[in-house]
Amino acid sequence: EVEETLKRIQSHKGVIGTMVVNAEGIPIRTTLDNSTTVQYAGLLHQLTMKAKSTVRDIDPQNDLTFLRIRSKKHEIMVAPDKEYLLIVIQNPCE
Amino acid sequence: MAEKSPAKAAGGQKKARGKKRQKQVIPVAEEEEPVNMESMGHPEIYPLVLTTKTQEIFNCRIDEDVTEEQCYKLIKKEDILEDFRNRAAVSDFYPVKKLVREYPGDEILLVYDKDFKYGLNFYIIGTEEGKENYLNPPEAQEEQEEAKEAVSEDMYTYKPPVSKPWVSLGSEKEIEEESVKQSTKQVTYMISRKRSKFGAPILFSDRNASSVRDSYIECTSYPDKNFTLTQLEQDVGTQVIPEIKGVSTQTKWAFPKNASTQYYPREFSEKEKGKLAQSKELADFLNSVSTSVEIALQQNEIMNTFVDDWKGLAEEEGTFGDKSDTHLKEYQSFTDLHSPMEKMITCIAWHPTIYGLIIVSVAVRLSYEERVHFSGKLLLQPSLILFWSFADPIHPQLMLESPDDIFCFAFCPSDPNIIAGGCINGQIVLWDITAHADRIENIKAGGGRSKKATLKPMFLLEPESNKEAMYIRHCAVSSIESGHKKVITDIHWLSDTFEINRMGSVFENRNGICCQLVTCSADCTICFWDIRPQKTAITQPTEKKKEETIEIPFDVPPTFLHLDLSWKPLSKIRLSKGETSLDHCPTKLSLNEEHVIFKTQDKMLGQDKAVKSTETNPYHDLEAGMSNILKPIDDFCTKFFVGTEEGEVIYTDWKMERDPETGRFVSKKPVNLYTVHDGAIHTVQRSPFYKDIVLTIGGWNVAIWKEDVMTGPLLQTCCAPKRYTSGHWSLTRPGVFYIGREDGYIDIWDLLEKTHEPAQSQNICITMITYIKPWTYSPKQQFIAIADYYGTLHILEIPWTLSHPSLNELSSVHYYFEREVKHLEYVQQRRIIRDQEKKEMERELERKKAKVYIKTKEQMEAELRMEYENYLELEKSVLYSLGLGKVSEKTSYMDVL
Repeated sequence: EVEETLKRIQSHKGVIGTMVVNAEGIPIRTTLDNSTTVQYAGLLHQLTMKAKSTVRDIDPQNDLTFLRIRSKKHEIMVAPDKEYLLIVIQNPCE
Repeated sequence: MAEKSPAKAAGGQKKARGKKRQKQVIPVAEEEEPVNMESMGHPEIYPLVLTTKTQEIFNCRIDEDVTEEQCYKLIKKEDILEDFRNRAAVSDFYPVKKLVREYPGDEILLVYDKDFKYGLNFYIIGTEEGKENYLNPPEAQEEQEEAKEAVSEDMYTYKPPVSKPWVSLGSEKEIEEESVKQSTKQVTYMISRKRSKFGAPILFSDRNASSVRDSYIECTSYPDKNFTLTQLEQDVGTQVIPEIKGVSTQTKWAFPKNASTQYYPREFSEKEKGKLAQSKELADFLNSVSTSVEIALQQNEIMNTFVDDWKGLAEEEGTFGDKSDTHLKEYQSFTDLHSPMEKMITCIAWHPTIYGLIIVSVAVRLSYEERVHFSGKLLLQPSLILFWSFADPIHPQLMLESPDDIFCFAFCPSDPNIIAGGCINGQIVLWDITAHADRIENIKAGGGRSKKATLKPMFLLEPESNKEAMYIRHCAVSSIESGHKKVITDIHWLSDTFEINRMGSVFENRNGICCQLVTCSADCTICFWDIRPQKTAITQPTEKKKEETIEIPFDVPPTFLHLDLSWKPLSKIRLSKGETSLDHCPTKLSLNEEHVIFKTQDKMLGQDKAVKSTETNPYHDLEAGMSNILKPIDDFCTKFFVGTEEGEVIYTDWKMERDPETGRFVSKKPVNLYTVHDGAIHTVQRSPFYKDIVLTIGGWNVAIWKEDVMTGPLLQTCCAPKRYTSGHWSLTRPGVFYIGREDGYIDIWDLLEKTHEPAQSQNICITMITYIKPWTYSPKQQFIAIADYYGTLHILEIPWTLSHPSLNELSSVHYYFEREVKHLEYVQQRRIIRDQEKKEMERELERKKAKVYIKTKEQMEAELRMEYENYLELEKSVLYSLGLGKVSEKTSYMDVL
């Protein structure tokens, strides 16, 4: 079932890679190669923590639900949770 | 006199002056306001201007009341005073107002001054006495004046004046006081000089003014206390700053040390990963998160929200330089000044790696008969390939010499130090300039070049080469008997990804370097050559000896020694025209440059490249690659385009097939042949952007072909007014190509702009353009090298507009070609339909003819019947009219009755 979901996400149009990272930034499941995964995991984990704390600082009742970073080449989507992080990289241009 | 003497002292000064002008000794009286004629000796006379009005008032009109004889008039004082009251300042008597008021008498004498003796036209006598004098004894005055002249006046008894004793009245004291006497005794000098010195020529000499003291007087400036200003006020600003102290200390300088830490990321082991993956939390997490993620993904798929549509419509991002400038700008031009005979440039190539290095091959500008005629002279001339550099426009950097004129040459793609050229006599010549590579890499302008470049004789090369232009001898030439027999018109290196064997079948190339060549020549053959030593070398011992006796100069590297003079082609293809003995004469080739990439080969290439980076150059060690067993490549397109001298474009195959009758290997017949051009084709070139689009230029028009489309060219231009002599695709813009004409003009065609005529035309030189070659060094700098018939190489810079493609140019040109293909298909279909229609029409015509034939027979019968019926009716009517015939039932009985 976990596999199914991940496979479904991966099969979307333009998706370059998917990975699941735990709360400390250690990757659990990934479709990219090791070095790239580790780099993405480390960097995005820190960024997500920062974004979360920013949102909480502004309004303590609020919480971060989704983080999308759009760059020239592709878009990085991060879905945070209490223990895990789902990171998807997609190329949106047709 | 007495009453006037007190006034003397005061008027002493004036008296002195008055003495000179006085007629009579009348003492001076001081007057205050009115101007009187004291300077003329008549102080009582006051000149006046009387206007006509005043003259009327006082009845002293000129020439009426006052004339020359009666030139005076007595005017009452009261009248004048009344005039004052009436006319105030306007009155003409105003200047003498004071006088009039103070006048003692009643009547004032006004005299008309006709001659303007006193300056104005009237004058008043200011005193009674004067008046009396004027009126009464002017005779006495006259008498006194004329006394000297009128001697014989008998009226008067002349009494000589009796001298009276002089009574001193004290005036001589005054005179003494006033008289100027010499106070000091005057010193008289008598200066004499010799008479001869007078009038002698004078010599002037200089004298320094400062040498003699006191010869000049200086007015030195000094600070005068009267003029110094003391500043009593000053504008000063103040600012409060904190007290600062500058303190420095000296510390020990510690050596900076590089410190680094090495880390590796934390990772889970496989087992842990597996365990976590199975955990329920992960499943829950994914379930909760996946929906939002999928929404986000789908959002991106539906539409790109960040696309700027306006930007997409815009053409260029940012241009350097002038957008409207579309002309090629002259950058440099090179001519070989040392060659005695007139040369033309036959082929150009830019050095693939070094900036600013252009290589041209020159040939003598003579026709065949002239060559034969001058053959003795030509032998002594070295035939050269020249290396020109931007830095030095006069001296070529290197000169490669060959046995005969080179008409085409090519750099080896894998090693830019190896050059292969095709000669006019059918030989292929190889050069290896690895030893001189450093010379051309660091080229400085001018520098240590001697002005005289002495031509060295061809075959003698001194090993100690000085800095003059180097002649480099060729490494190897092909065998004369077994190669081409006529001029080689085109030469290409085969790609390093494949190689072919003698049958023409394609194998993969394990060497990683280009080792095969293809040439085409005017003797109607296309040959494939391999530069590796042939294993089955049929060398006879006698030949070997002959080879050994030829002295090879020191400098020639032994790279291709195995090939020298014994090099045979791998395979030969003859382009025959079927049964006739005439063959096609190829001028240019264009091969399909497919890069076949295998994964295994990548690794092999990597290894080979690693080997390359070490000392050995694979070209020096060509035997190594021979022993590999090669794997054949299937479904490789072995077809290629050939342009011929008659203007035909042939699409043929190089694979040999077995002729069923004779059992020998025979070249295949061409797949397709198109006669499109009117003259010899000189350019057959693949587009650098599309692998299947070929440009052919020849004669007076241009054609563009697509490889799989067999029906005809995609585009065929109409005939140009001038013959096209060279051409090339643009390297950066997919729809642009350059064509050189025989009158020295360059036509620049842009397929997206106009397809019926060139977009631009520019004059480069006065003579025929023989070769065009563009080259890109950077996005900002693109050059085009144009060679002309007179041997000059022009380098021009391509402006921004011609070198930069617009945003969608690649796809637009692609669409254009697709449209053309469809158009051709449409035309083809229409042709078929037309044919069908034509056939149908013919059939119909035939049918028509047949029908007409049948119809006439029937028609005739019908016509006869009609006639007969008409006749019957006529008969009836005639009989009826005669009253003989039967009444037809149509008419009623009633009528008869």
